[in-house]
Amino acid sequence: MRSHKLFLSALLVLVLAFTSILFVAHAQDSSGAGLTIGFAQTGSESGWRTDFTNAMMSEAEAMGINLLFSDGQQKQENQIAALRSFIAQGVDAIILAPIVETGWDDVLQEAADAEIPVLIIDRGVTADPSLYITRVASDFVYEGRLAGAWLATATADRASCNVVELYGTVGSSPAIDRATGFADAIALFPQIQIIASQSGDFTRSGGKTVMESFLSSMDPSTICAVFAHNDDMLIGAIQAMEEAGITPAVDILTVSVDATNDELQMLIDGKANATVLLSPYMGGPAYQAIIDYLGGAELPPLIMVPSAMYFQDTAAAELANRTGG
Amino acid sequence: MRSRILPLIATLAVFVILYLIGWQRFPAFGTTRVVGNFLTDKSFLGIAAVGMTFVIIAGGIDLSVGSVIAFTGVFCALAIGQWGMHPLVASGLILLIGAAFGAAMGAVIYYFKIPAFIATLAGMFLARGGSFVLSQDSIPIDHPFVNDISQIFYVFPDRGRFSFVAFIFVVVLVVGIIIAHYTRFGRNIYAMGGNNTAALLLGVPVGRTTIGVYTLSSFLAALAGIVYALYTKSGYPRAAIGVELDAIAAVVIGGTLLTGGVGFVAGTFLGVMIQGIIQTYVNFDGTLNSWWTKIVIGLLLFLFIIIQKVLTSYRGTLTFRLIPGLSRPAAASGTSASPP
Repeated sequence: MRSHKLFLSALLVLVLAFTSILFVAHAQDSSGAGLTIGFAQTGSESGWRTDFTNAMMSEAEAMGINLLFSDGQQKQENQIAALRSFIAQGVDAIILAPIVETGWDDVLQEAADAEIPVLIIDRGVTADPSLYITRVASDFVYEGRLAGAWLATATADRASCNVVELYGTVGSSPAIDRATGFADAIALFPQIQIIASQSGDFTRSGGKTVMESFLSSMDPSTICAVFAHNDDMLIGAIQAMEEAGITPAVDILTVSVDATNDELQMLIDGKANATVLLSPYMGGPAYQAIIDYLGGAELPPLIMVPSAMYFQDTAAAELANRTGG
Repeated sequence: MRSRILPLIATLAVFVILYLIGWQRFPAFGTTRVVGNFLTDKSFLGIAAVGMTFVIIAGGIDLSVGSVIAFTGVFCALAIGQWGMHPLVASGLILLIGAAFGAAMGAVIYYFKIPAFIATLAGMFLARGGSFVLSQDSIPIDHPFVNDISQIFYVFPDRGRFSFVAFIFVVVLVVGIIIAHYTRFGRNIYAMGGNNTAALLLGVPVGRTTIGVYTLSSFLAALAGIVYALYTKSGYPRAAIGVELDAIAAVVIGGTLLTGGVGFVAGTFLGVMIQGIIQTYVNFDGTLNSWWTKIVIGLLLFLFIIIQKVLTSYRGTLTFRLIPGLSRPAAASGTSASPP
């Protein structure tokens, strides 16, 4: 009987300790700094993904946010388990970069039940929008528009400009949206026409093969520019052009999306003309959105992160900035 | 006798130590929410690992598990979403398909004397390829019955959840223990794994047992696939890559000898939970690279393999080499009579 009482009082103390911890955590919510945010990343499958992770971490540090990071190793089950761990830990908010669009409903519902706000970053989810506070993403359409607008200025003095397009993976949202944005932009400039478009599957070898077939199936001197949906395909295409005896960036203008380090090097070497940044700097806007949300603000359903562009004269500074920092 | 229980005790000790380390650093480890998460998040791995335990005790291996899980998920998603089947019908059908698939692998292994490694490797490619042929993308499962099922869970006083999939896992675990230690089929598996030739001489139906054990493994893999589909409410052809390796790791850490003949379903449960603890610890810490999970599991595997090696060579010198083929199955049946 006595031991029972002892156990119960110990339990009571534990419960009280827990609730006081909860209260302390809650009191910190409004201040912004000192927030604990769990971030479930897809993995580290590409150079861009790693840049994105590093940017998330340094931005959290700059804002005084305690970021709990989980690498999902390209597995949805790991990401779900990470979300559950964050919920169990009682973090202030969760940021999810989903590996796939489907299958998040239950765990998001669990977070909602625990009153932990979830922000979706990068790719979207099919779950009900009421289950997350907002989505922060790069604007693929905008990237395509920027590429189109740059081409229009670069070819303003020409009577006509025939463009070949290296399309990304068919059906993927970055490919569809970049193509749409580019088409929208050049529609305003009748002298620019897309004369051929084929999928290079976002890979170097794909871009090279497609460019080779373009160069052999049409007179290379009729091609004015190449628009690639990502840098890797363009780098493949540059190789194909060089092998065919064409000087890239001079005979055929190039514009692509991502601004990877390799592509910046191409710009520095004068083998490419322009690249649009697929911004890895999404952490700042995401953290700000969470702080605003905890402060009681209404959020738009989608927050777009602006993109920048790099050219032959600005690439070196950006590359130095990246490798130095 | 004691030498067979020893790996299980070692597993239990590792489990308790890891849990206490976690609890000491993160008080949340003591909550039912975390315990509920262990069972829910590891349910599909656990179910597949129970099947793997039987295969390994029988002296084999099954590499097709992860692919069967993915195939099941995609099949269920298509059957429910596009072919208009009721989830229960789709589940029943895929369990039959899974069992048949396992039986076919078992038959190939037994009748053609093909190493299990190769036969199930072929099965792995077949099932993975099949799921990509069915669909390239992840397909959402949206059916009122499925939604209702995922809403079934028991809520502990401190808001931890005992989910439906965790419930299935526990049921499979209990049934697995019963099959292993209280049925003729289970005793045959132990005998066969201990020494195939001796088992044959002792009248164990080796063919039937071989086919049965792979049937059971693929059946449980299909069940794990259904649980995975429930867990993610979708079918994805890229899902569960490498789960067979996690399952093998759980089985070995759980004290089952890779050479066959000795092992415990309960040990496998501990092996699965140990993986859950490590993963949760890494997630809770939030600064550790999550690949540390794999490193720690790798180290544990290494430790347990060494323990196994020491124990088997000890047994080997004492009894095995003196009376080849006789001592082991006899000893093994001793194990099967006494549950852990």
